[in-house]
Amino acid sequence: MTAPLLVLEGVEARYGPVQALRGVTLDVPEGDVVAVLGANGAGKTTTLRAISSTVRRSGRIEFAGKALRGGPEAVARAGIAHVPEGRGTFTELTVQENLKLGAYTRRDRLAVDIDRMAEWFPWIPERANQSAGTLSGGEQQMLALARALMARPRLLLLDEPSLGLAPMIVREIFRIVRELNEREGLTVLVVEQDARIALDTASSAYVLEVGRVAVSGPSAELRENESVRRSYLGY
Amino acid sequence: MQQVVAGLASGSIYASLALALVLIHRATGVINFAQGQMATLSTYIAWTLTTNHGWSYWPAFAATLIASFLGGAAIHQGVIRPNEKGSVLRVVIVTIGLLIAIDGLITLIWSGEVRAVESPFPGGTMEIAGVAISIQDIGTIGVVLGTVVVLWLLFQYTKLGLAMRAAATNPAEARLVGVRVTWMLSLGWGLAAALGAISGMLAAPSLFLDPNLMAALLIYAFAAAVLGGIDSPVGAVVGGLTLGVGLNLLGTYIDFVGADLRLPAALLVILVVLLVKPSGIFGREEVRRV
Repeated sequence: MTAPLLVLEGVEARYGPVQALRGVTLDVPEGDVVAVLGANGAGKTTTLRAISSTVRRSGRIEFAGKALRGGPEAVARAGIAHVPEGRGTFTELTVQENLKLGAYTRRDRLAVDIDRMAEWFPWIPERANQSAGTLSGGEQQMLALARALMARPRLLLLDEPSLGLAPMIVREIFRIVRELNEREGLTVLVVEQDARIALDTASSAYVLEVGRVAVSGPSAELRENESVRRSYLGY
Repeated sequence: MQQVVAGLASGSIYASLALALVLIHRATGVINFAQGQMATLSTYIAWTLTTNHGWSYWPAFAATLIASFLGGAAIHQGVIRPNEKGSVLRVVIVTIGLLIAIDGLITLIWSGEVRAVESPFPGGTMEIAGVAISIQDIGTIGVVLGTVVVLWLLFQYTKLGLAMRAAATNPAEARLVGVRVTWMLSLGWGLAAALGAISGMLAAPSLFLDPNLMAALLIYAFAAAVLGGIDSPVGAVVGGLTLGVGLNLLGTYIDFVGADLRLPAALLVILVVLLVKPSGIFGREEVRRV
């Protein structure tokens, strides 16, 4: 068995006096979709922020066999793309400029990738020169996803893509994530409030409670787990 | 017509200083009160190179631009950056401190004496379509417009310019895509310092060089930036030119305004714009979704 692409061991993080993570340990195998579930304030978003170094953290984080060091710029350069909570587009810039910025760390030509994004998101070409702030919520979420893909990341961190979106759009976004994973082998760590759709997409999942991993395992197993069902799936 | 061209010339000097204020406001979110004094310091450097070291004008101009750029970036890295995480007020106070420090430095090195600065452009006038226009004015307008075009190309068409815009408008996201935000902001300060240097060097021949060279100009630049919208580079240019022409016509044709009441008129512009439309002509009002 090869080593997982991303390993977290005993990761802690705090916002001032508030300790948000109290030792999170998890693995993301290459080529998998892994979900992080949990209630509000359980530390889901902070887990992603600890990985991308946008919050002060301690503990061991390894990416592709090496310790992940430095600020968010360094993490992006290492091949991790983070779609933060609440979209994360450059609202004042155009759609096209957002895509170009996504590929900021790359030095090669982008035309192919911009065409590829037009295949995944057919509405992009006709909106290319519109500023991102004028897009609908769903389109902004898709643009944030496209922006992240422009970096050709080895790992995609996706923070609550369903936030504030209609169920139909949420299904569409998860369908795209699933296809990216199946067709291009993209590795994804997704944080999600909507446990049902997350478990349908992910091969395994971790459930966080007050900054620690409470339950983890393959998605199929978690779906049968009594307490997960009652707390997060609601049946 | 002559008055309009003369107004455009002084307006383009306001515009370049206003553009410097806008660049820094976008990058750091504050008005840089030291902008005028930084420009004065640059002008003294150019003056020393030409007068004491025998450089001819344009090489001295270029060397001053480079020195100002590096100085501006160094000020950001050394003085502004350590205070950026604090409140806006803190950074504002730092820029006021900077103003006093640079002012002291200038007086220390060059004394408060008033010096004449030669113009790079030949004196005299030129007939264009029957209107006599001073060559000094045309040169001034040309240099500023050239600079504005170069900056516009940089921001609109290069990857670096795009990264600078991203860093200024949305630093957290910019970091996530791998932009080294602090460097981009330092670059912005450097460009602003160079722009200020241009306005200082262009203003000095007609105003004489002393430590207060830019004091009044900074007020005009404020007025221009506020008029155009403090976050809008296009607004700064349009605001500067409008203000230059407007004040010049006002001073020439309305007797009681004359030359003395131009500065109060600029202050009036600031006041009226802030009262009536605080975002300026080109500024966008900040809309926040809840």
